[in-house]
Amino acid sequence: MEVTISTTELLTTDGIPLKQSLRKAERRNKQRAFLLVFPLLLFIFVTFVMPIGDMLLRSVDDSQINSVFPNTFDEYKNWDKGADELPPEEVYKSLFFELANGDKRQIGKALTRMNYAKSGWKSLIKKTTREIKKIVKKGEEPVSYKDTFININKLWADPTYWYSFNQMVKDRSSIYYWNALDRTFDEEGDVVLQDEKRRMYIKTWLRTFKVSVYVTIFCLILGFPVAHLLANLPLRYSNLLMIFVLLPFWTSLLVRTTAWIVMLQQNGVINGILVWLGVISDDGRIQMVYNEVGTLIAMTQILLPFMILPLYSVMRVIPKSHMRAAQNLGAKPVTAFLRVYLPQTIPGISAGGLLVFVLAIGYFITPELVGGKDGKLIGSWIAYHLKTTLNWGLCAALGAILLGIMLIFYWLYNKIVGIDNIKLG
Amino acid sequence: MNDTSQSFVKFEKIDKSYDGEVLVVKNLNLDIAKGEFVTMLGPSGSGKTTTLMMLAGFETPTNGEIFLDTKPISKIPPYEREIGMVFQNYALFPHMTVAENLSFPLEVRKISKPDIKEKVQKALDMVELGNFGTRFPAQLSGGQQQRVALARALVFEPRLVLMDEPLGALDKNLREQMQYEIKHIHDRIGITVVYVTHDQSEALTMSNRIAVFNDGVVQQLSTPDILYEKPENSFVAKFIGENNTLNGVVKEINGSSCIVDLDNNQGTIKALKINVNEVGEKTQLSIRPERVSINDGNNEENSFTGKIEELIYLGDHIRARLDVCGNNEFIVKVPNEGNFSHKEGDTLNLSWNSEDVRALDI
Repeated sequence: MEVTISTTELLTTDGIPLKQSLRKAERRNKQRAFLLVFPLLLFIFVTFVMPIGDMLLRSVDDSQINSVFPNTFDEYKNWDKGADELPPEEVYKSLFFELANGDKRQIGKALTRMNYAKSGWKSLIKKTTREIKKIVKKGEEPVSYKDTFININKLWADPTYWYSFNQMVKDRSSIYYWNALDRTFDEEGDVVLQDEKRRMYIKTWLRTFKVSVYVTIFCLILGFPVAHLLANLPLRYSNLLMIFVLLPFWTSLLVRTTAWIVMLQQNGVINGILVWLGVISDDGRIQMVYNEVGTLIAMTQILLPFMILPLYSVMRVIPKSHMRAAQNLGAKPVTAFLRVYLPQTIPGISAGGLLVFVLAIGYFITPELVGGKDGKLIGSWIAYHLKTTLNWGLCAALGAILLGIMLIFYWLYNKIVGIDNIKLG
Repeated sequence: MNDTSQSFVKFEKIDKSYDGEVLVVKNLNLDIAKGEFVTMLGPSGSGKTTTLMMLAGFETPTNGEIFLDTKPISKIPPYEREIGMVFQNYALFPHMTVAENLSFPLEVRKISKPDIKEKVQKALDMVELGNFGTRFPAQLSGGQQQRVALARALVFEPRLVLMDEPLGALDKNLREQMQYEIKHIHDRIGITVVYVTHDQSEALTMSNRIAVFNDGVVQQLSTPDILYEKPENSFVAKFIGENNTLNGVVKEINGSSCIVDLDNNQGTIKALKINVNEVGEKTQLSIRPERVSINDGNNEENSFTGKIEELIYLGDHIRARLDVCGNNEFIVKVPNEGNFSHKEGDTLNLSWNSEDVRALDI
């Protein structure tokens, strides 16, 4: 059956189609609006989208080493590991020339990467390069490059070194992600657990989660009554209270963190008072800082305003008559609170919870300072690799995982609560 | 009706102060019979809402006792008082549907599910919102929300329903329509209602009796017609309906009537003695505009003249503002019978029955 839909196009008084006329009239406004936001868009692109894109690329990038030893890798691919114990002569030959003529700084960088694949590479190549340079200087041309290498260092006859090349052949590598999860590749290129003493990321990830969840819960428990007070006190008192809530924002994060150290350390204020009161003995001073407890206490205090403010903004608009109405209808105060008040604060609870959790999971300075050895979070490892080991690939992978986790939480949150329900102010 | 043994709600010597310095309610004594519709009417700050909140249990009386069904209720918490209430802004729970809002009071009373369903439907049908159970309050118009609030206050069959300016947020037409609806529901189910408003026409339309509040004191408590026709003091006379006032001094008292000399030698008026006690006392005379008649100046006892200052055409009547005895805010309502031909600046002969002039306090 044929369905015909007759539409008569609407025309303006001048006979131009209405839609076209409307579009023309709105174009100017649209252009103006776009020009207004353009600087901001550009700013966000340059300072946010590009760095994150760069970080994501860096976390899988493995091309640097390929640009240093292009021929060696080409020849390496021809090696039939089943037939020969060691790579063919051509591999040794191209490596010989690439080490002899390569840029020293580029080779240095590549060595760092090679060492992630198998430790020992760095010193081996450094020694070998010195010898090769000597040979080249003399102008000799070796008969067998393979034998020359093995003569320089007998480790060149150890196939495990060569096997580790396997994971570096491609331009893209997932090695950093596996490293970030305490895993690495074995000689066959399969994913295996790291050595026992090198496993620290999973532990840190779990601790990061635990601390973030606890901090969120503590912030909620402590922040809810404060927000309720703020929303219900007469303006005169609530303004004063609000200043106390906001005061931490005006104090440097470092000052607040070090203040906690002063308070919590073994010879600190709290221990001193407890000893003075006779609650604990002088030898029994409690270790409250440089461990997970310290991290929890300090982070809870620092992130508390991020919980209080969204809660406050939601509670402020809940009419006081609701609790009265609920009680008037026969509900005891507890029931009235649970069934009428609490459900209405969920947008605030979830906004504050999400905010605190997301901030906590990537927190760095406070856990770094008060966390000691077992209170450090994943952010500390990122900073460590960024500044000390210069393993930026691993940094990027850790950061990307962090980003991924946050996106997952955001998605979950949207599924469960709905992002439209969020209320920050 | 005022007998203690019969009164359903009884306020006894109630005082209320928030700060220990100002009394918001002073020595309130009020009896409400079962099934009555009593309105507390007064300007804002007159203590009417405070009185209602004390009855609901959200405020405690500073002195005195409230009895409900002969039992003192000061120690009973609000959730055990079995008093329904319609709040000013309805206080519907936004996270619950209409049906859930109505089920709430029944659920906390642990009533069985099928019963709840039936009662909720009945209550919704009563306010003609039978199909709106699954909607959320935000999806309803103001008038519909108002009905839901009313249904919710009635669904658990309370002993008493309180309404705190429930129609304040509605526009004029809807407000009038809801007044009749509330009145009809009251007539149908015979529940006792205590209603608070500052709108006198609302009070007159709906109530059996009206308590006029001012300054924390009940000025007068009576039926709408008595309140309008026989106000006992100048506040009530001014607050209810339109009112012309003339000030003077009592010259003579003869039983239930008195003779008053108007200020500035504007003449003498015979009036009913309401709350003046002795000769020489200052008084304010009150005359309703519709009780003043225009005539050709013959022999009635209170005969005066007034110059027309302003005429306003209002369709069914013409509202004339006159200058009478030095009061240039004297209003007369001339029924529009098609033969009123006077203009602004003309002088009219006026008269009124001395039974319609009330000598009140000043």
